[in-house]
Amino acid sequence: MNDKIKTPLISTKDLSVHYPLRSTKLFGPPPVVKAVEGVSINIAPGSFFGLVGESGSGKTTLGRALLKAAPITRGDVIYDDGEVSFDLTNIEKQDLQEYRRRAQLIFQDPYAALSPRMTVRDIIAEPLEVMGITKSREETDRRVREIAAKCRLNLEHLRRFPHAFSGGQRQRISIARALVSNPKFVVADESVAALDVSIQADVLNLLKEIQKEMGLAFLFISHDLSVVAHVCDYVAVMYLGRLVETAPTRQLFSAPRHPYTKALLSAIPSLDPDDYGKAEKLEGEIPSPTNPPPGCKFQTRCRFAIDICRSQEPKLETEDGHDVACHRWRELMEA
Amino acid sequence: MNQNKKLLEVENLTLQFDTDEGRITAVDNVSFSVAPGEVLGLVGESGSGKSVTAKSLMKLNPGNAIYSPETKIKLHLEDRSVDIMQLKSSKEMLVARGGSISMIFQEPMASFAPAITIGDQMVEQLLIHTDYSVVKAKKYSIEMLDRVGISDPDQRFKQYAFELSGGMRQRAMIAMALSTKPKLLIADEPTTALDVTIQLQVIELMKDLVKEFGMGILFITHDLGVIAQTADRVAVMYLGKLIEQGPVRDVIRNPSHPYTQGLIAALPKLDDLDAPLVAVAGDIPSPLERPSGCVFHTRCPVHLGGQCRSMVPDFSSVATGHAVACHLIDVSNVQQQKVAVS
Ligand SMILES: Nc1ncnc2c1ncn2[C@@H]1O[C@H](COP(=O)(O)OP(=O)(O)OP(=O)(O)O)[C@@H](O)[C@H]1O
Ligand SMILES: Nc1ncnc2c1ncn2[C@@H]1O[C@H](COP(=O)(O)OP(=O)(O)OP(=O)(O)O)[C@@H](O)[C@H]1O
Ligand code: SF4
Ligand SMILES: [Mg+2]
Ligand SMILES: [Mg+2]
Repeated sequence: MNDKIKTPLISTKDLSVHYPLRSTKLFGPPPVVKAVEGVSINIAPGSFFGLVGESGSGKTTLGRALLKAAPITRGDVIYDDGEVSFDLTNIEKQDLQEYRRRAQLIFQDPYAALSPRMTVRDIIAEPLEVMGITKSREETDRRVREIAAKCRLNLEHLRRFPHAFSGGQRQRISIARALVSNPKFVVADESVAALDVSIQADVLNLLKEIQKEMGLAFLFISHDLSVVAHVCDYVAVMYLGRLVETAPTRQLFSAPRHPYTKALLSAIPSLDPDDYGKAEKLEGEIPSPTNPPPGCKFQTRCRFAIDICRSQEPKLETEDGHDVACHRWRELMEA
Repeated sequence: MNQNKKLLEVENLTLQFDTDEGRITAVDNVSFSVAPGEVLGLVGESGSGKSVTAKSLMKLNPGNAIYSPETKIKLHLEDRSVDIMQLKSSKEMLVARGGSISMIFQEPMASFAPAITIGDQMVEQLLIHTDYSVVKAKKYSIEMLDRVGISDPDQRFKQYAFELSGGMRQRAMIAMALSTKPKLLIADEPTTALDVTIQLQVIELMKDLVKEFGMGILFITHDLGVIAQTADRVAVMYLGKLIEQGPVRDVIRNPSHPYTQGLIAALPKLDDLDAPLVAVAGDIPSPLERPSGCVFHTRCPVHLGGQCRSMVPDFSSVATGHAVACHLIDVSNVQQQKVAVS
């Protein structure tokens, strides 16, 4: 009935990541790319949190910042799993090591990520050895076998080299490697993008199973909204480095509030040929992040833009656990 | 029905490659056709042979490609028909095609030479394939850039491909491919690298252009949703084999090959978020270990045992223009016939 409000596992406030560009001017401040700007999110422990948005919207950068692998320009990132708590913006070296075993990344490209000269066993064992988590070879082997079994890899597989595996199997190897240190938080950046549809479902089901069983929280980054809709319980939408909408998955897909989210959902090609022409077409392209428009970052493509949109950046408003940053969302929902 | 209404007829295309690890079969006895003004969607998993099939139509596969002697690729133009397989030199190809086939490549940068401006490439192409003067070719190229929705076409004309965004580059590629007014456009994954909102723009653009120019398109993608929104007919490939083809509505609503059924079931659908995601069991076999019999039998959930393992299934018709290569269909057709007889 009254949901206990859990302490978020990861919580950011006004998080910004700016990359400086080489200056072309002699005077004035050097230009920067605001890859992530003013993002505040809460990721609950044990949740499957989706992050969507078009290419260049800042998804990877945000994911990396949460792993302390991108320079945090401003804002806070707090990690708190009940056992330990860190403030990532000024974390000690020793704590950072501890954080690294609790927060892991699954790479996008199962082909590039795995070293061709290591056996699958050694690939999976490497994080344990590098981080000094296990005390003996026996213990390492046991951990590797346990996690491999969870990822449906058998003993025979462990002896082989990664090139002998298909895309789906390689992705399972990457997953096993990311999970072997028993993390609490995992960033999966486009983890199924390189896989064919017939195989992708298998990896998604595996991620879901493991997430439930190990109680971890996933930040699932994807440009494929249908996939996100099926696996995530919470979704955040980014546009040009900003968070424009965050909501429980069902709410976001059944009643999107931001005009960009609506257009994004509408643009997913329908399996029904008779739907042709029904999609809401967005004109233009995402503006350059080095030269973003004033006001709402979406105003250059938004058909509802009015004067205020062109001058003032909308703030994130929360209602019924659903956040949106648009000046006109309320009136557009009523219309 | 009317054979001479076809624009392209591919018959028994079989294509092998000599590789260090041995000879692999990339395309195995594939036949299909495209009519003028028709969009044929070619769909299949990675490595199923879509791109090499497309390249065969322009004889663009590299030197280690071996075509079977039965292979015929007939292009029917207004005044003549040519079998592309019979053409020897690339010079002969160029003359025979006379700008009547254009291709948009899967690799976004492959269509443009990096060191030449977009405009110069478009003009050069027009000078080869038309009797336009340089001035006219230039004017027409800028018109085409404008036509595909590129803002500032005069400016873009002078730019290099790498200076454009992904969506703009794709549009420029389409403009260049269409500037010679081809009869057949081969588009290999033209929207795969694009964001969905840009993909939608490009799909609508291509549909409009088909209407306007009346050309036939071979549209290759691995995305069934994109096929549903663009194609009139669809052909499904698996491991170098065509396993099902037919009108797009028919194939998507009544998929009849177990692989097509599996592919559609594996797609996450937005209208039912509770539906479990069902993978097609197993992995795609390596091309070096092509299964005997039906190429899909190693992953097929309903296979019939010996027959599927040893015999290659023929195409049988399940509805008008909708054909499926599966022994199960053979069996059910035979049973239906028996029922009808008794
Ligand atoms: N190390 C860097 N230096 C400078 N700019 C960067 C750097 N990393 C990312 N950017 C820029 O920051 C912006 C956001 O990039 P990011 O990779 O986070 O986007 P994304 O949403 O993950 O895109 P995609 O869907 O293409 O992976 C882009 O404009 C990108 O060019
Ligand atoms: N030049 C070549 N030499 C040897 N093998 C080749 C060559 N070109 C393609 N192949 C092989 O032929 C098969 C079909 O490749 P193709 O590129 O047509 O697949 P595809 O269906 O287009 O896949 P994708 O969706 O990944 O683009 C693959 O097994 C590929 O490795
Ligand atoms: S704030 Fe204005 S421009 Fe931005 S999304 Fe809302 S209506 Fe559109
Ligand atoms: Mg990214
Ligand atoms: Mg291809």
